[in-house]
Amino acid sequence: MTLRDYAIRYGFIVLLFGLIAYFAIAADGFVSPQSAVFIFQSVAITGVLALGVTATLVVGGFDLSIGSVATSAMMAAAYVMVVLEQNVVVAVVVCLLIGAIVGLINGWLIVYMRVPDLLATLGMMFLLVGLQRIPTEGRSIATGMTMPDGSVANGKFADAFLALGRHRFDFFIPNLIPVSVVVLIVLAVLIWFFLEYTRFGRMMYAVGSNERAAELAGAPVKAYKIWAYVISGVFASIGGILLAARLGRGDIASGNNLLLDAVAAALIGYAVLGAAKPNAFGTAVGALFVGILLQGLTMMNAPYYTQDFVKGVVLVVALVFTFALSGRGRR
Amino acid sequence: MGNDAVFRVDGLRKSFSHIEVLGGVSLQLHAGEITVLMGANGAGKSTLVKIISGVYDHAGGTMHLAGDNFAPNTPAEAIRAGVVTVHQNINDGVVADLDVATNLTLDRLSGKGAPLLFNPGRVRREARAVADRMGLAIDLRARVSDLSLADRQMVAIARAMAHQPKVLILDEPTSSLSSAEADRLFSLLDRLREQGVAILYISHRMSDIRRLADRIVSMRDGVVSGVFDTKPLDYEGAVNAMLGRKIHLDRIEARNSAKPVLTIEGLRIAPSARPISLTLGDGEVVAVTGLVGVGKTALAETLFGLRKPLAGTMALNGKPYAPDTTGEAIAAGVFLVAKDRGENGIVGGFSIQENISLPFHKRMSRFAVLKRGLERATARRQIEDLGIVCRSEKDEMTTLSGGNQQKVMVARWMAQDARLFILDEPFQGVDISARRDIAAKLRASANGRATLLFVTELDEALETADRILVMSEQTIVGEHRNDDVDLDRLLAEVAGGPLHSAA
Repeated sequence: MTLRDYAIRYGFIVLLFGLIAYFAIAADGFVSPQSAVFIFQSVAITGVLALGVTATLVVGGFDLSIGSVATSAMMAAAYVMVVLEQNVVVAVVVCLLIGAIVGLINGWLIVYMRVPDLLATLGMMFLLVGLQRIPTEGRSIATGMTMPDGSVANGKFADAFLALGRHRFDFFIPNLIPVSVVVLIVLAVLIWFFLEYTRFGRMMYAVGSNERAAELAGAPVKAYKIWAYVISGVFASIGGILLAARLGRGDIASGNNLLLDAVAAALIGYAVLGAAKPNAFGTAVGALFVGILLQGLTMMNAPYYTQDFVKGVVLVVALVFTFALSGRGRR
Repeated sequence: MGNDAVFRVDGLRKSFSHIEVLGGVSLQLHAGEITVLMGANGAGKSTLVKIISGVYDHAGGTMHLAGDNFAPNTPAEAIRAGVVTVHQNINDGVVADLDVATNLTLDRLSGKGAPLLFNPGRVRREARAVADRMGLAIDLRARVSDLSLADRQMVAIARAMAHQPKVLILDEPTSSLSSAEADRLFSLLDRLREQGVAILYISHRMSDIRRLADRIVSMRDGVVSGVFDTKPLDYEGAVNAMLGRKIHLDRIEARNSAKPVLTIEGLRIAPSARPISLTLGDGEVVAVTGLVGVGKTALAETLFGLRKPLAGTMALNGKPYAPDTTGEAIAAGVFLVAKDRGENGIVGGFSIQENISLPFHKRMSRFAVLKRGLERATARRQIEDLGIVCRSEKDEMTTLSGGNQQKVMVARWMAQDARLFILDEPFQGVDISARRDIAAKLRASANGRATLLFVTELDEALETADRILVMSEQTIVGEHRNDDVDLDRLLAEVAGGPLHSAA
């Protein structure tokens, strides 16, 4: 292997450790179990969304609707529990159904209506941003809120639901690991195993690389593509559930950064270990990278716009790693 | 004729990275004549056209237009000098979102002396003049995207003719037209011929060639292999010059088969085509040959479940066979090595091992988890079996030569036992040794299945098959046992006309 090969393969990992080392010196209290957990917690929701969008990237697609699917799921969870006064199971099932249905519609638009993936999911994003606010006429949902017809919503978030966002497991130190981090790790392992070791995952990569060859090898290409969007939708709705559980209300102002952060994580994942393709491990590392960067910058009191700028720079550099240096961009 | 040629090419040479594509081509075009250029894929036709139209530069030889030296550096220069080309892809010649009038005058929008402002009135006047000269009856305000393919083609040609060129080159202009649409094109070409334009017409369709040609030039392997200009034209001779045998490499022992594997009854693959009936036997290697565009790929795709036949039935091992998807075809034991491996076969970024296992994931997994050990063992066995030159089964496809890539494609489908094994142009872009390896492997392993090859080159059929079928106009028109083949009859069938003695 030449130096260039090493740079492509390990460059990003080195950058990650460099970043940790830099913050460890520059920011007080960065190196501590609490800080690490905080980083994990902050990347949990973005990470789940990023793993979902990875599935669509694998089949050569893209999903811009993940952010709004997550916020729609959050609003739906709040509406089901606070306004309709249903239990936690109903709330979770409704959220997952929303994700699955949006995924199916996205897939249908792209596969059967031949709408380009970026445009179909962009349209879906706008649609959902509006739709999620219709039931409450644009208001956030919380216990005791006044409904448009003047009645008062008396339901409240179930404790079991809130625990999804707030409970912490003991891990050497009491109350260390939040549930959302466990959810992220479980989903990451699942999707990694699915993509790398099952025949479905392998065929999804084949579809993304050469659709015609996959079809001629007997694969139902349309079904694979639609399933990828369903996976993306369901993962995004899980992200939405975690968000609702953490906030304890249906907040119309939250979740604005989800799309950008998740897409950045998935695209940074291309550069990890020189994979030059979407992959679950890379996505997880990408999400961690974004999380560490933001946590470090926050501890150094960098304002939010600086953080956005730095995030953008990292994304562009990662894309250069992937497409220019490894010379696989033409695929 | 000889020296009164309007356009002449002498000893033109061109190489791409040490591979010689044109090895000294000479060609003459005469005013008021249609010269048809014939040649199989890879014969160098496209390269020749691209040099003449200024897309490529040439390494050796000269070109003269009306006695003057002609060496265009860009397509625009060629057009200004009076040589225009209408390329095969119709949509390259027109801008779909603009109206017909703008398309007809598009080349006047830029370049020296073009007015700064766009004047719709003047554009329409100029377009009207162009259309009238060509006898074009199309609404000038219609958007090109709303026109039929034939009308777009007319617009593309009219646009080219707006330059009043001395030489017009048409690259397979009828490949996507129906026969009625083609007739309109032909009467336009007759008109241009009367106006004294020298036309170079590239085509594989024998019916076009019979209708139009004043002269035929056949190309093969980068050189002109025959010029035919005495009437009546010797069409079989032209086909022979383009496809005929060079040297006979291996004689093969033609086998017969008693046990039918696939039976086809009354299969129709195109609206006006005559039905196809045939039987393929166990252990038999059958080659279907014919020119490009006669329906070979359509037949292969019908057998593989990629398209529906218009009529007729198929039976595999005596049971009805009508696959709806490629998945069903594969499950029934019908495998296809598709033509053009880069487009239809190779999954870039997958290793040799992953490319080989692609169609058989289900058979190579337990509870949907791929058995990697089995996958690797299969790949190693196939690499050994077909003599694929590589470092290991983990190599990426891009590191392999064309011949080895093709071997991987064949190895993919030979990893499991087929009932019917179809290969569409398996020797395209493959060097001679890989081609012989593949052919030998196909013959050696032929027992237990029927093997069906689709090839344009006659040599390939003669080297590998027990039986040769000839396709023309979407149907089978002839059958030969590969055992003292009557080449004259075979070539006449390929050329698609009644057998008559060469003039």
